[in-house]
Amino acid sequence: MSVLLEVNGISVSFDGFKAINNLSFSISNRELRAIIGPNGAGKTTFMDIVTGKTKPDEGTVLWGEKNLSLLRMSEAQIVEAGISRKFQKPTLIETQTVFENLLLSLKKSRNPLSTLFYKLSIADEKEINIIANEVNLTESLSVLAGQLSHGQKQWLEIGMLLAQKPDLLLIDEPAAGMTAPERKKTVELLKRLSQSQSVIVVEHDMEFIKSLECRVTVLHDGGVIAEGSLDYVSQNEKVIDVYLGR
Amino acid sequence: MKKDFLSHIDKRNSFFWVSSIVILFTLIIILLSEAYGLNLVSTSFTKVLGKTLCLCIVALAMDLVWGYCGILSLGHFAFFGLGGYMIGMWLMFERTKNIVVESTQNNVLPLTEIEISEAVGTQIFGVVGGAEIPLIWSFADSLLIHVVLILLVPGVLAYIFGWLAFRSRVTGVYLSILTQAMTLALSLYLFQNDSGLRGNNGLSGLQNIPNLDDFSQAELSIWFLVLSALTLIFTYYVCNLIVNSKLGNIITGIRDNETRVRFLGYKVESYKLFIFVITAIISGVAGALYYPQAGIINPAELAPIASIYLAVWVAIGGRGYLYGALIGAAFVSLASSYFTGGQIPNINFGVFTLKWVDWWVVILGLSFVITTLYAPKGIGGLIERIFRRN
Repeated sequence: MSVLLEVNGISVSFDGFKAINNLSFSISNRELRAIIGPNGAGKTTFMDIVTGKTKPDEGTVLWGEKNLSLLRMSEAQIVEAGISRKFQKPTLIETQTVFENLLLSLKKSRNPLSTLFYKLSIADEKEINIIANEVNLTESLSVLAGQLSHGQKQWLEIGMLLAQKPDLLLIDEPAAGMTAPERKKTVELLKRLSQSQSVIVVEHDMEFIKSLECRVTVLHDGGVIAEGSLDYVSQNEKVIDVYLGR
Repeated sequence: MKKDFLSHIDKRNSFFWVSSIVILFTLIIILLSEAYGLNLVSTSFTKVLGKTLCLCIVALAMDLVWGYCGILSLGHFAFFGLGGYMIGMWLMFERTKNIVVESTQNNVLPLTEIEISEAVGTQIFGVVGGAEIPLIWSFADSLLIHVVLILLVPGVLAYIFGWLAFRSRVTGVYLSILTQAMTLALSLYLFQNDSGLRGNNGLSGLQNIPNLDDFSQAELSIWFLVLSALTLIFTYYVCNLIVNSKLGNIITGIRDNETRVRFLGYKVESYKLFIFVITAIISGVAGALYYPQAGIINPAELAPIASIYLAVWVAIGGRGYLYGALIGAAFVSLASSYFTGGQIPNINFGVFTLKWVDWWVVILGLSFVITTLYAPKGIGGLIERIFRRN
């Protein structure tokens, strides 16, 4: 398996507080990976750096076979390169319908003029229906995104990532606000997705992580303290100290 | 599903109704006009109505940039004024030139180009103590070039300003303050006598259209009314096209959740810039139609307060509803000229006299506060609520 994303020795500090401290991380093609860690461990900041929202003080972030540096790209360029992100708090266009949210996410030209003259094609409509089916929102296509339940919002956002056909999905706390059956479906969805693209899941819920059956990276104080199967990292002294508790 | 989606879009399409009403309104005014009809509507009132249509056009621009894209620009009247100045330069230059040539028609020797130019210079710039024609008037004898400049000057200014502001991700109230600074700076610059645009005198006599001396003001006022109405309909068509397209979804997305749109891979700055420039051009066109009807333009027209009034019209009419902007601009600007025009008698309460000229601003302010508190979506929002109930 070839490496898709390689993060090397990044550090970033906000007003003297080191949010990320010499962090290195890499993920392969079509790998499912979970990132766990206590609050303030730097999980969200890590995602901010990969998606271009925050620029690190030092280190490199390389992407894909051509080893492109993501640090020189804007948020929009990084999305175009193939990295899509779901935020911790569901981030949708709440005043528009599920259909419209998905329509805006489809992998199409992002240029203002071509969006002005865009006409909805049967192929695009079909694609939206397939994605809606995948995230269980077929019945809600004409509902305003703001009126969905919390779990449905999470799903819509995942659907919006799928529509962009990314190579890497960054998913921040997908299980929050979901019922047990919804969680089960989400786990199945994430596993299925990782057969065709790489997925990084940030989650607090250990049960959820366990059911993903994937490699786990544990962050603490802005750095990686352990990496491996869930069983392996659960026995790590440091992980027990800072995260799992005794 | 597709049907549901389309029905979601259809209810926003008000182009047919709005264009019908504007056409009907224009036909009625022609029928009642001094020049072509029953002589029931005076020329000066026809001009007021024509100007109101132009204010509706600039309100559409404001609604697009603020109501749909979420950029509270408090500087769009600067673009309106610039459009006025661009057409004003041609109107004034061409007419002065015609007068100069005409007055010397009986001379034995016809005037040379230089003599004409000097005479025109003295005529136009005498008030600011100059006789030289400034460089920016180089093309003032070409209507075609000045029509292009009506689009180009506001467009380029908006592009430069927008590029700098949006690239630095200036948003919200900070952007509003910047736009106020822009229009204030432009206004102060134009007040200078050496700005080349006659300082505080501004450009005047714009109601006299060169080479159309044979037509009366009554006739011209109707022509301008029709031209303004057609431009309004065309602008409405363009704005309607934008807000109902996928681009419309993206700009309202930027208004409601800029982060999401950015992380869907859209270059938010380009979209903001696109809308900012388009609306600046629309404002310029509106200004170019307005000032020939007003007859005079001076730097005070670009004062910051003008752009704030524009925002008030759109807020009262209804942000995010194109027809709401029209209602707001037409209703408030007509009411404003009614109350401040001195037509209604002051009310004497003995110790205190209610002067409408002074109190109009208070009434406007109160209605703005009431709208914001009780009908945050303005008149357009109220109409939408009534229609949904039925």
